[in-house]
Amino acid sequence: MRRVYFDNNATTPVLPEVLEAMRPYFTEHFGNASSIHHHGQQTRAAVEHARESVAALLGCRTGEVVFTSGGTEGDNLAVFGLVGAGDHVITSTIEHHAVLNSCKRLEAMGCEITYVPVDGRGLVDPDDVRRALRSSSKLISIMMANNETGVLQPIEEIGKITADADVYFHTDAVQAAGKVPIEVKRIGCDLLSISGHKMHAPQGIGAIYVGKGTLLQPMLYGGSHERSRRAGTENVPGIVGLGKAAEIAKAALDHGDLVRMAEMRDRIQEKILADVQATGVNGEGAPRVPNTTNIHFDYIEGEALVIALDLKGLAVSTGAACSSGAIEPSHVLTAMGLSADRARASLRFSLGKENTPDDVDFALSLVPETVTRLRELSPVYNKTAIST
Amino acid sequence: MPESKTIAVAMSGGVDSSTVAAMLRAEGHQVIGLTMQLWNQRRLAGHPGMPEAVQGRCCSLDDVYDARRVAETLGIPYYVVNHEERFERDVVRPFVEEYLSGRTPIPCSLCNNHLKFDQLLIVAQQIGADALATGHYARVQFDENCGRWLLKRAFDPAKDQTYFLFGLTQEQLSRTLFPLGEMSKPKVRELARQHGLALAEKPDSQEICFVPGGDYKTFLDAYLAEKGEALLETAGELVTTNGDVIGEHHGIHNFTVGQRKGLGVATGSPLYVIQIKGDARQVVVGPQEELYSQTLRAHRVNPIPVDDLREPMRVTVKIRHRHDAAPGTLEKSGADEVLVTFDQPQRAITPGQAAVFYDGDLVVGGGWIASFRPRVR
Repeated sequence: MRRVYFDNNATTPVLPEVLEAMRPYFTEHFGNASSIHHHGQQTRAAVEHARESVAALLGCRTGEVVFTSGGTEGDNLAVFGLVGAGDHVITSTIEHHAVLNSCKRLEAMGCEITYVPVDGRGLVDPDDVRRALRSSSKLISIMMANNETGVLQPIEEIGKITADADVYFHTDAVQAAGKVPIEVKRIGCDLLSISGHKMHAPQGIGAIYVGKGTLLQPMLYGGSHERSRRAGTENVPGIVGLGKAAEIAKAALDHGDLVRMAEMRDRIQEKILADVQATGVNGEGAPRVPNTTNIHFDYIEGEALVIALDLKGLAVSTGAACSSGAIEPSHVLTAMGLSADRARASLRFSLGKENTPDDVDFALSLVPETVTRLRELSPVYNKTAIST
Repeated sequence: MPESKTIAVAMSGGVDSSTVAAMLRAEGHQVIGLTMQLWNQRRLAGHPGMPEAVQGRCCSLDDVYDARRVAETLGIPYYVVNHEERFERDVVRPFVEEYLSGRTPIPCSLCNNHLKFDQLLIVAQQIGADALATGHYARVQFDENCGRWLLKRAFDPAKDQTYFLFGLTQEQLSRTLFPLGEMSKPKVRELARQHGLALAEKPDSQEICFVPGGDYKTFLDAYLAEKGEALLETAGELVTTNGDVIGEHHGIHNFTVGQRKGLGVATGSPLYVIQIKGDARQVVVGPQEELYSQTLRAHRVNPIPVDDLREPMRVTVKIRHRHDAAPGTLEKSGADEVLVTFDQPQRAITPGQAAVFYDGDLVVGGGWIASFRPRVR
């Protein structure tokens, strides 16, 4: 069966060039990067080369890049590395659970958290952030791009607010890295976390930018790896993969390659909205990353649509999977004011570097007919259709 | 070789439904495994009396893991679908309310009617399946003569589950498969072993899936506390069938018809709960012989082989899952209500339970027991 993958915000395939770059570091270049001998020197050089590539992607100094195991670790390090009992934190209602559940833990530890809302387009209002500031505010954590809608938050404006206040600013840029240019100095953030597997590097590797002078308590204690900010022998193949993926992403951004991706995304969206009744784009009117669109198909369960499409070879997603693998209504979409029904009726299409216009045609050949079938069998749709 | 169909299998992670998936796959059908996520077992954890973690139960992560492993072994697509909201609305809520009204509910039948053969069947059709198969022990057949789908008892009387399936409509029956209807449990386990299923020896589950350890009273407390609702005040009097007040009780939801222990009164001869009067909050108690009744009324009746029960008919009637169907006469007594008159008085007819009517192996229909007439001395 032909399979098309439009779930690149969940994870991406490792690019062949990335895999090639990593391969020697599983076998012949196996040294511990902390060792003083030849083997260690080889891998140390590779790690530092990768750090340069990541620094180039983020527009920071190499000494400001700390490798982590991924986005969740970066978010946790930012939150727990800075905030202590009695501190106040400002975040938003649409953050990834890596930030939200870390903040919940902080609340249990006696911290106060302000969750700023978003508007109907999924945007945080920087004025809300400004108004939430207190003398005890220690950290602002607002994401750069939302994973479900792709909506880009006004983080440069938030950065300006934090410049005048004695507060740290962290942004979860996991869904932005490789999709839009990132310049930490322009953003004005102190911390910025990214994840390898969302940008065609492998799972299990990530990085966090920690601006010079940001005093972070480590979460893992051990050796003096990563300038004592993250103990543990480096995941050298992963780091090399992330470095290569960062180079590829930077080149693509510099050459404007993502315009093509945005065109494909727009075609999916326009065609579905034209061909399928009672649909709409969640996050319409807000700036978005070029690869994501989130569309609601009223009167159906997104869960059933995802399964039906998967059985026909198209991988897309809806909501967030809970531990059993069942789908829960998206907290992001409900925070934007969508009804629970509409949130459940929403699907995310997220493209990657390997998608082609042919893939888009494939998706467009499946989605309208599948939605029609689901609606024909939906008691809610039939009731509504009869009454109108 | 039967023609190849696309069949969704409701997989619980137990032996029965896993074996169904294996059998249908071996017959050459396109099989899709579906597990319903109905209740978050951790939801009430931590409330006084509720366990911290619940193991090996319906919707537990262990069961989902087992179902997923079976799907992997069989090489079939597998999905977990979330029906927690509907389950709470259509099963858990009514369960709680029935107890607080002095009745003894059967959540499994509600789940079959509102979740498994409604929501899940719709999902199955939406994703392209022709039918939904489950691991229930029962048989479905189409009768050319009357043009209707029939529900029949399983071959193995000890495993027969038609008591929980009486509510299925013609539309639901037409899209339902019960491949185990003609099998015994040992045979099913043997098939599971033959198909290489690691869970062939997994013990059967018996309890109500969302009530840990069968302790429904603690569940009611914990559920209402979580909802921020006070437990309805249902304390009242213990009375005899003559109306004499002989004591007090702490709430009608603590009692079920036929119960002997925990009445809190000391008398010379054993006393049983004869009736629970929800409106008056009275628990009527009496000696064993007063537990017997010759008639019952059932409402919300679903007839299966006919569209309506017009003439009185001779049937056997089951009034609880573990009850030998007793002979009697069935007659219509209202729009969707019937009156059953037993040949011999039956013990502990319990409002809230189902009365299911049989003609031999055939399920004539069933309804919910609304009332019975206690025998007057």
